[in-house]
Amino acid sequence: MALIELNQLTRHFEIRPGLVDRTVRGKPSRLIKAVESLNIAVGENEILGIAGESGCGKSTTCMMIAGLLPPTRGQIIYRGSDLATADAAVRKEHRRNVQMIFQDPYESLNPRFRVADIVAEGPRALRLWDQKEIGDRVESMLAGVGLNPGKYTERFPHELSGGERQRVGIASALVMQPVMIIADEPLSMLDVSIRAGILDLFRELQDQRGFSSVYVSHDLAILGNVADRLMVMYLGQAMEVGPVEQVIRSPKHPYTRALIGAVAVPDPRVKRPVPKISGDISRPIDPPPGCRFAPRCPYADDSCHDTFLELDTSDPTRHQAACHRLHVLPDEGL
Amino acid sequence: MLASTASRWLHTARLGIGEHYRIIQSNPLSRIGFRLIVVFLVIAAFAPWIAPHDPWEMVYDKDGQFASLRPPSWEFPLGTTHLGYDLFSQLVLAARTTLVIGAVSGIISILIGANIGLIAGYYGGKVDEVLMRLTDILYGMPFLPFIIVLIALFGRKLEFVILAIVLIIWRTSARVIRAQTISIKQRQFILAAKARGASDLRIIYRHILPNVLPLLLLYAAFNIAWSIITEASASFLGFGDGETISWGGMLYELWLSGKTRVAWWWFAAPSICIVLLVTSLVFVSRAYEEVANPRLRKR
Repeated sequence: MALIELNQLTRHFEIRPGLVDRTVRGKPSRLIKAVESLNIAVGENEILGIAGESGCGKSTTCMMIAGLLPPTRGQIIYRGSDLATADAAVRKEHRRNVQMIFQDPYESLNPRFRVADIVAEGPRALRLWDQKEIGDRVESMLAGVGLNPGKYTERFPHELSGGERQRVGIASALVMQPVMIIADEPLSMLDVSIRAGILDLFRELQDQRGFSSVYVSHDLAILGNVADRLMVMYLGQAMEVGPVEQVIRSPKHPYTRALIGAVAVPDPRVKRPVPKISGDISRPIDPPPGCRFAPRCPYADDSCHDTFLELDTSDPTRHQAACHRLHVLPDEGL
Repeated sequence: MLASTASRWLHTARLGIGEHYRIIQSNPLSRIGFRLIVVFLVIAAFAPWIAPHDPWEMVYDKDGQFASLRPPSWEFPLGTTHLGYDLFSQLVLAARTTLVIGAVSGIISILIGANIGLIAGYYGGKVDEVLMRLTDILYGMPFLPFIIVLIALFGRKLEFVILAIVLIIWRTSARVIRAQTISIKQRQFILAAKARGASDLRIIYRHILPNVLPLLLLYAAFNIAWSIITEASASFLGFGDGETISWGGMLYELWLSGKTRVAWWWFAAPSICIVLLVTSLVFVSRAYEEVANPRLRKR
């Protein structure tokens, strides 16, 4: 049984115009379709990478899985029970077992809390252990993320560097002994020079503790490094999913191909092929029913504009792309 | 569990006192204000020992003459009233009433205001709507008719003066704390606390409250200052407690005696004390304003 399964998971946000616009000018409210019919399962001990540009619904998906945002439609199934209808005990277990690491280490730590209190907050809030044991576990957790407890427990977040803060963030999630970590771009706000250290720490802890993870990033190099499977999203829809090696080595979907083609190579002499896609990423406000990549896709035809092909998650190991036109695409490149 | 929570709070509070001392000392005006408040507190605490006479004792000078309407002299440092009461003794004992009324109504009003602001701001929606409309209703309540009705119903008692002041004063702090709560609850560390499993009450009192604390203390100082002014006005208009003596009450007695044009000393002492105490509180609050609003800090 999968640990977390997303079934037709959808989240829309309503933008309501101001009172005057609504009543006098009769402007209708519009829908941002942030996440649309997402189907995916994450197994025990598995790391699912989610890739995509800004605004593609990665963070919204994370918030829903962590139970911080209710879905508009569809289900989040945690160990076989739908979170929306599950009883309080299951929800409490989910709350403890699915923990989140946030993107911004400067915003996600309470400025008035000391490091020890930040890390102890989860266990204290859920009363997991008695105070003494919480104290011991906090110390060993801090040591586990490479922060000397004697030196750091009494500090405030503003006395730490970005990398140290993110380590505190990781410690505060892992001290709960979760079975799943949702990491929403945990490296993107850090300097390139310390990313590797945090990434190594994440993988090392994953090896030791064996949690599964949803790892979100726009950086394919990082995802290729940590993830077992990769899902590529575009404007709220899943475009392609499969084992990470296969998706990166032989991408099927035109969007994935463009995305991988756009990865920078640190060699000024390498000439990169210019992707054939044009236009800018738009916003998913009142989008048409079909594939959201269709307006920019050089291979799109009428079927692409009319219907969207949903991915089938029955076989998690299968490499598949949500594209009507796979048969007309060239074997490689765009 | 409760004991450990309490000891943790004590621990934080102790660390806090040092910080507050530093905040107050960082600003020269608030340093002066703080010292003046300490002086007033000492006077209020030792009032019965400092005051040479009973406040309603008719005094006689050393020649055995009835000392009525005497200007300040060595014998009666602040002069006497037309009934021969020693103004210095009255002033010292009145400091006690004034400070107690100020502190009690200031603290109760900030407690009410802070809780209403935190809850309205955090929950939003219907809760916010109900609590803020209640605040609006109180904004429409004129103070004097309100206290007149209250005193008419219950009599001139200290408790009802405090009650009237509290009911009028909490409204501003509620609004300000609500606004600050709304801005803090959108920060990511609140989401992080939610993700770790913190309950709503825990988020309000453990995560948001420390972040609105400087603002809260600023308004606590304001509320105390306003309570003192309000009490003085109420007493001056004759709605104070007749049993106790306060600075406003002293001015009321002066008004009743009809000697306002003659006895300048009778008028001067309580007025100066009210102005000094309120100014000190505003000076101290000024230091907290700089913490609450860093843009005011001198660069």
